[in-house]
Amino acid sequence: MTILFYAAALVSIVTGVLVITRRNAMHAVVYLILLLLSIALMLYTLGAAFVAALQVIIYAGAIVVLFVFAVMMLNLGEAQEIRERQWLSGWFWVPALILTGVLGGLTIYALASPGPTIQGAPVSPKEVGRSLYQTYLLGVELASVLLLAGLVSAFHFGVFHRGGEKEQDGDRPD
Amino acid sequence: MATVPTNLVLILAGVLFGLGLLGVLARRNLVFVLMSVEIMLNAAVLAFAAAGARWHQPDGQVLILFILVTAAAEVSVGLPLVLRIHRKFETVDSDEVSLLRG
Repeated sequence: MTILFYAAALVSIVTGVLVITRRNAMHAVVYLILLLLSIALMLYTLGAAFVAALQVIIYAGAIVVLFVFAVMMLNLGEAQEIRERQWLSGWFWVPALILTGVLGGLTIYALASPGPTIQGAPVSPKEVGRSLYQTYLLGVELASVLLLAGLVSAFHFGVFHRGGEKEQDGDRPD
Repeated sequence: MATVPTNLVLILAGVLFGLGLLGVLARRNLVFVLMSVEIMLNAAVLAFAAAGARWHQPDGQVLILFILVTAAAEVSVGLPLVLRIHRKFETVDSDEVSLLRG
């Protein structure tokens, strides 16, 4: 199990680097799927089998599908890949690397000692369900309201006006 | 279950968060920015899993579920926004979307 965790951790870091450095959006989406699956494996080895399954179903199975749809609909093509090669030239990365390096260094410094070890039994879905329906009931209701808001917003942004995009000063609500 | 030091998992979550942050800062294509935000959210998922495993409480998994819901809502609003931007500006370059400047 521990070997599985470390292997999945290595895969997640490598695919994370690959996602942010690709020129082609579709390739990056595929590496994002690999990243999500490696995180699901890490969740399973940490005893959270329920959310590992949810991660695969919802994240890799629905959210990434949305990304695939968007990338395919944008249909950016070969010209975009050439543009991305210009955008990804070396100096663009330097400020971001410096800032991220400072943040990462602080994190590693703060967590320098190994601390307590994760061990013992996994947390069963039964306990998670009980917690959801007793302690976090309000949170579940708010989550459903959030999803409703996302649904309404997606419909509002996505509806296609038959008359074409003639408005110059922003889009009026229909 | 794996026997890992808790802080190591948190450091890994921090590294993944930093990778996502790198993507958000350094990429100009809006779709890649959204993907990097997803990487950051997954780093938070890993941190919550470490916390839930360390204390043997279901709260970590419950909060991961809420992160999943938040990510789904954010992507379902963000991606149509990107598509509308592409339709209006003919580009997905975040530097081109600058009508509010000046």
